[in-house]
Order: sequence, then structure tokens, then C-alpha cells
Amino acid sequence: MAAGALLALKALNKNFGGILAINDLSFELAEGELLGLIGPNGSGKTTAVNLITGFVKPSSGAVVYRDRDITGMPPYAIVRLGISRTFQMVKPFYQLPAYKNMIIPLYSPRVKQMTGGRYGDRDAVALDLLEEVGFERDAQVAYKSAAVLPQGYLKRLELAKAIALKPDVIILDELFSGLSLAEVASIVPIIERLRLEGKSIIMIEHRLKELFRIADRVVVLNFGQKIAEGRAQEVMASDAVKKAYLGVEA
Amino acid sequence: MERRKERIDRGIKVRAGDVFALCSWREMLYLLAPRLIPVLGFLLLPLVLDNYWQKVLLSVAAFALLAISWDILAQSGMVSLGQALFFGLGAYCSGVLTHTFGCPPLLALPAAALLGGLLSTLCLLPVLRLRGVYFSMVTLIIPLMLVRVIEATKIFGGTEGLSGIAPLPSKWVELYLIVGALLAALFGFRRLLDSDYGLVLKAIKDNDRSVINAGINIYWFKAQALFIASSLAALTGAYMTHVYMFVGMPVFALDYSILPIAAAVVGGPGTLAGATVGAVILVPLSEVLRGIGGLRIVFYGLFLVVFIVALPEGIFHYIQRKYHQVERWVEVQ
Amino acid sequence: MLLGTIIYGLLNSAVLAVMAIGFNLTFGISGVANFAYGAMYIFSAYLSWTLFNLLDWPYGLAVSASISATMALGALMYRFVLLRVRGQALSEVIATFGIGLAILELFHYLGFVGFEYTLPVLIDDGIMIGDTMVDWQRILITGVAGLLVTGLWAFTHYTRLGLAFRGIAQDERTALTLGIESDRIAMISVSLGCGLAALAATVIIPLGSISPSEGYEVLIKALAVCIIGGLGSTGGVIVASFLIGFAERFTDTYVSSHWTMIVSLAAILLVLGFKPSGLFGRQKELEERI
Repeated sequence: MAAGALLALKALNKNFGGILAINDLSFELAEGELLGLIGPNGSGKTTAVNLITGFVKPSSGAVVYRDRDITGMPPYAIVRLGISRTFQMVKPFYQLPAYKNMIIPLYSPRVKQMTGGRYGDRDAVALDLLEEVGFERDAQVAYKSAAVLPQGYLKRLELAKAIALKPDVIILDELFSGLSLAEVASIVPIIERLRLEGKSIIMIEHRLKELFRIADRVVVLNFGQKIAEGRAQEVMASDAVKKAYLGVEA
Repeated sequence: MERRKERIDRGIKVRAGDVFALCSWREMLYLLAPRLIPVLGFLLLPLVLDNYWQKVLLSVAAFALLAISWDILAQSGMVSLGQALFFGLGAYCSGVLTHTFGCPPLLALPAAALLGGLLSTLCLLPVLRLRGVYFSMVTLIIPLMLVRVIEATKIFGGTEGLSGIAPLPSKWVELYLIVGALLAALFGFRRLLDSDYGLVLKAIKDNDRSVINAGINIYWFKAQALFIASSLAALTGAYMTHVYMFVGMPVFALDYSILPIAAAVVGGPGTLAGATVGAVILVPLSEVLRGIGGLRIVFYGLFLVVFIVALPEGIFHYIQRKYHQVERWVEVQ
Repeated sequence: MLLGTIIYGLLNSAVLAVMAIGFNLTFGISGVANFAYGAMYIFSAYLSWTLFNLLDWPYGLAVSASISATMALGALMYRFVLLRVRGQALSEVIATFGIGLAILELFHYLGFVGFEYTLPVLIDDGIMIGDTMVDWQRILITGVAGLLVTGLWAFTHYTRLGLAFRGIAQDERTALTLGIESDRIAMISVSLGCGLAALAATVIIPLGSISPSEGYEVLIKALAVCIIGGLGSTGGVIVASFLIGFAERFTDTYVSSHWTMIVSLAAILLVLGFKPSGLFGRQKELEERI
């Protein structure tokens, strides 16, 4: 493992009853880096993230975080070590208002650990966090029930929930999907701010143009294997990647 | 002209929703009445009822506790088909403590409650990781198994049970103990479930993956909810052992599992008060219908189905809605 | 004695398999929890008895009518109850349990308990294997078990309806997009499951008598077989039936009859604790249930 690598995947394999979803996957995330994880649909990006965050156990291989083997640890334990993630399909607690949705992550032992138990009133902190991700305070959007919020706000809520955990590594699974260009443009500064705070980020994305503006490096997956890795321009110029996304001429 | 039904908060509710409610007796009464009526009711009824109805009140309180226990589990995503399990474990613990170890009843009660809760939680720990249906199945199965084990090994009195167990000091202690426990449980656990802790439990029921993702060990929380609920039910079982001065295989009977569910469903699941209302309705009803014997359980079963399917909000929610809101027809613009 | 125990273990396994197969179809394969299964079993038995003994219908007719009536009852239960609570597994459990309870306790109340309440055996004779007497009814059950198991397997793997059953259990949304009306399929599945329960009752009840408490036992045994074998796996039903069947018989012979049921129940708990998807279950969701 290279010096300074925060998170490393080593020869991960995942077999789902005959389907090899992840095939000998290895890559690293350096501290403070924004790594893009891209690839055509079904290439195993979300599965890779599930393997990192413990929602799925690998068939073989290892995940190492800060020199510690976290392979197969339960997800809540991994969160407590400082890795948080969002889900592609946002599912808030619909019957609660947006800011009450934040109570759950704020109740987490991770938050208690990071703040020494002196975070203050959870409701107030929730409202502050939501304002940071763009819930306009004067319009009192945070008080609206999650069931009536449009996708843009739900995605921000999901992001806020991940940020609330005070993670060192944030993994965003298709945060930009379903958002308009303007909405993406308003979320990018939030991500930039996270980077300034020293956090390392992995982003799974299909919106390549928007991703390449902010990513340091990208890893490209196809059929569960890594087919390219490096700076965005180099990677997109490679034949293997073009073939993966666009197919081969008949 | 098209009309639609509009539902808005009552004026008095809005006025009473702020600290200025303190300025008006009417508004304070509006807020306090729903709390005072059950409290005063339960505290004063023992003084005015005759012996027979006092026993009924006792039964109401006991089943209300079992129903509250069921409701706590249900709000955390666990549907128990075997309240009798916790009830029976508590009953046996208390019976054995008093009968075999000579423990005084007032000491045995809390001890049995905690011990019963602990045993129940340990029993069910393995299934907490699985889909909810498995929890329900196992809670259904274990009481049946325990009955057979007792029958086969003849421990704790076997099929005859343990009799001659020391009763509680006096009739008044008996009554006010259970009534006090009910009121404490009702208001105390309601407070707990309305707090952030309760929010986490309800979130686990709603979307446990999200809660796991927030770094919370949902199994630990579920175990806690299970311990709380089963201790409550075990307390009830321990209490009844001293009322009947007997404990035996019948403590694991289906009755103790079904009636609490029916009470909670009829009264309205999700608010412990609903479970209490359900018990207040069903227990006296079943007393009155005592004449028809086994048909009672048929009715519970049917009630269960009808309410779950047609009236899932339950009676309490209905009353609550009527109390806080007014419905009227308005023109559609 | 050993040979006898082994033979009866085999026969017991067949009985369990026949009991469990209907439940496996509904719950394991289509994902619909039907806790009224035991009640359906008893209902059809009492119906057959009434038609045969009180109304003097010929046996074949009584049995066919009873099985059809049970299937209809299952469909009705789905249409009026389960449909409203579909998807909320916990409400499904409570609702079907309530119905099952109501039915069983109704029979209990009406006093249908006693030795005269039984169904006739097909051939009231037996053969000798070694020095053990084996009655034809039990051999019939074994045959029925074999037929049902292979039939069910073929049905769910080779017919459109069977594949639809599996489809709605695996991913309802996808099934819907493929034109599979999940509600209709689920209703048919519940109905068929109840029909199989009725069939099971027809062949098994003659071994003893009808009693409402048996309804609970049937539900538990079916649950046991399906959970241990693995929900949805027909092979699992076979293996689990054997395991439990033999375990019960050996316990009965060499320990005491009191412990028989305890063994089955303890087996369920063990399996749930160590391999919750059952011996042959392929429930990915369960395994990912970290």
C-alpha cells in the first residue's frame, strides 16, 4: 500500500451465487482526494461500495482503512471508524419532517464520540446542518415532511445525514442523479467545502462532465473489474473505457 | 356545487398550544383532561367498586400492561405473538423465588420482572437479526415448547404447578400496585417513545438500513426495546402469580398472547394510550361475555382481523382526532 | 425395534412433508405469510366429516367438495383480508393468525372434539416389514408425499404459473413489469396452499382424530419444516422432513414421547440461530441481513 493511502481495496471478489459481481478489484483512496468511481450500469460500483461499508461481505480479498483490516465488519462499526455513505435510492423517514430525519444520525455513537457528548440540542444542530446543505432557513423548508420534498431536497438531506456523522471518508452514490444542472451547481460548493475540511470523498457518478470538474482521479469499472485508473482525461481517452461505455462496432 | 370534507384544528387546541394556555382555566383543562381522566379514573375506581368489579379492574390493568408491552415491541418493528412467553417467565420466576426461596412477594416482583425480561431477551436474541416474521414465529413457538418441557421434566411443580404462594400484603396493595404500575408505564414509556430514543426505535421499524447506515447498532437497540417490553410483561406475570397464589402451565396460555394484541389493535397501535383504551374496552367486555366461554377467543380473533384491515388507526386515534380537530364540509373553489 | 423406528421415521417424514408442502408454496415460494394454514387444514377435515357422516355424501365427493371449499375459503381470505394488508408482513401475520384463531376456537367451542370425529382410512389393513406392522394409510401418505413434492418442483420450475409464483416472491416490482399480476398470483398461491392443506388433512387425519388443537400443531410443524429446510426450496422440504421425522421418531422410542415436540421446536431455534436461511435456502436477502 502506498504511503498516505487512507483506504485500500485489495483483490476484492464477490460472488452472488454464480454471478461474479466484483472481480479482483483493487484501488486506493489517498487522504484528501476526491475519487470518482465510474462505469456503465451494472459494472459493480454500488457493490464495491457495499463491500467497503460492510453491507455485503466479500467472497475474498480485503478492505483496509488506516492500516486496519475492516473487511466484513458490520456497517455500523465501519461508520464509527469514520466512513459514511449515501444510498442511490434515497429513502428518508417519510412520516417525519426533514429535520427530524437528522435526529437518527445525530443519535449515533459516532457523533457522541467525535463531540465528546456535548453537541447540544439535536433539533438545533439538525437545522444548522440542513441550512449548510441548502435548506433555506427563512422558508422553513426543514420543517416540511419528507414526504412532500422534491428530489433535490431529498438528495441534500441524504448528504446532510452523511455529513452529520462527522466522517473522514464520505462515499456518495449517484448524488447528482435526478438533479437539474442548477441543482448540481448548487451542491458542488458543498462538496468543495467538505474537501477543504480535509475529508476524502469517493463519488459514484454517471454525470461525467460534472464529476470530472471536481474529481482528482477516477477509477473505471466494467463487469466488476477495474479497466482503467488515473486522471479523468487520460482515462476517458483509453480504448478500454470507450469500449465499455459505447460498445464495439459490429 | 362540489363539496369536500375539511379537517382543521379546533380553536381551543390552537390557543392551548402555547405557553399562554396558562392564562386560561378552560385551556388548561383542555390540555389536562385527557391525562387527568384516566389517572383519576384508575386511582379512584378501586374505592367505589365492589369486590367483583375490583377484580375486573385488576384484570384490565394487567392486560393493559401486556398490551403496552406489545405496543412497545410493535413500534420497534417486532410483532410478538407470544406475550404469554414473557408473562409466563415472569410468573414462574416470581413463583419460584417466593415458593422455593422464601422471598417476600414485594421483593420477588421486581426481581422476577428483571429476571424474566433478561431470560426473554436472551431467548430471542438470535432472531433479532432476521426478518420480522421470524421473530413472530419464534414468540409463538417458545411458549408451546416451554409447556411441553415443564410437562416432560416435571420441574417447578410440573403439570400441577406451584400452589400456596404467598399473596401480597393486602387487597389495597394489590390494587394500587397494579394501577400504579400501569400509570407509571403508560406515562413513562410514552415519554420515552416520544423522545429521540423512541424516534430511533421507530426509525428502525421504518427503514432499518438507514439506521444502520447512521452508525447505530440496531440489534442493541432492539434488544433494549425487547428487554423493556418483556420486563413489563414479566412484571405483570409475577404480579398475577401472587394474586392467584398459584403458578402453573396455564401461564403460557394463548389467551395471554392474543388479548393484548387485540387490545392494542382495537385501541390503536402506536400510542400506548391506545393499548390501554383497548384493554379497558375488551377486558370488561370479555367478562360480560364470560357466559359464552371459548367463543371469546373467536371474537378476539375476528376483532383483530376487522380492525387490522378496516380500522388500522384504532379507537384511540379516532377519539384523539375528534378531540383535537373538527371536520366540516366546505365548497370546493 | 431399530428397524421399526427407522421405518416409522420414514413414514413420519412423509407425513411432515405432506403437511408442509402447502405452506411452503404460499410462504416459501410466493412470500405470503398464511398463519391460518393450520385452521384451513382442520376446516377441511371437519367439512369432509360433516358431508360424509351427516349428509351421507359419498366419500370421494365429500373430499373433493371439501378441498374445493377450502381453496375457495383461502381465496376469499386473500381477497378480503390479505389484499388490504399486502406488503406489510407483520400485518399479514396478525390478520391471518386472527382468522386461523377464530376458526380453530370456533370449532373448539362448538364441541367438535372426540374420537368419533375422524375420517376413514382408504384401506384398513397393513403389511408386515420384518416384524413391524405398517398400515396402508401410511404407505399411501408416503406415495402422496412423493407425488406432491415432485409435482410441486416441476410446477414451480417448468410451468408459467409456477414461475410466476417464484417471481413475485423474488421481486414484486419486476414481476409486475413483466405482466404478472402479483395480486392475482398471490391469491392463487394462497388458495392452492389451502387446497394442499386440505389434501394433507384428507390423508393424514385418518391416522388419528380431528381436534382443533391439532390445527396449531400442524402450523408449527409446517413452519418447522419450511424454516429448517429453507424457505422456497422443495429439496429443503424433503431434507427437513426427513430430519425432523427421524428425530421425532427416535426421540419417541428411545427417550419419551413428551420430548418429541420439544425436539422439533428446538431444531427450529437452532437453525434460526445458526443458518437462518435454512439448510437449502437461497434467500440472499437473509444472508445480507448483516
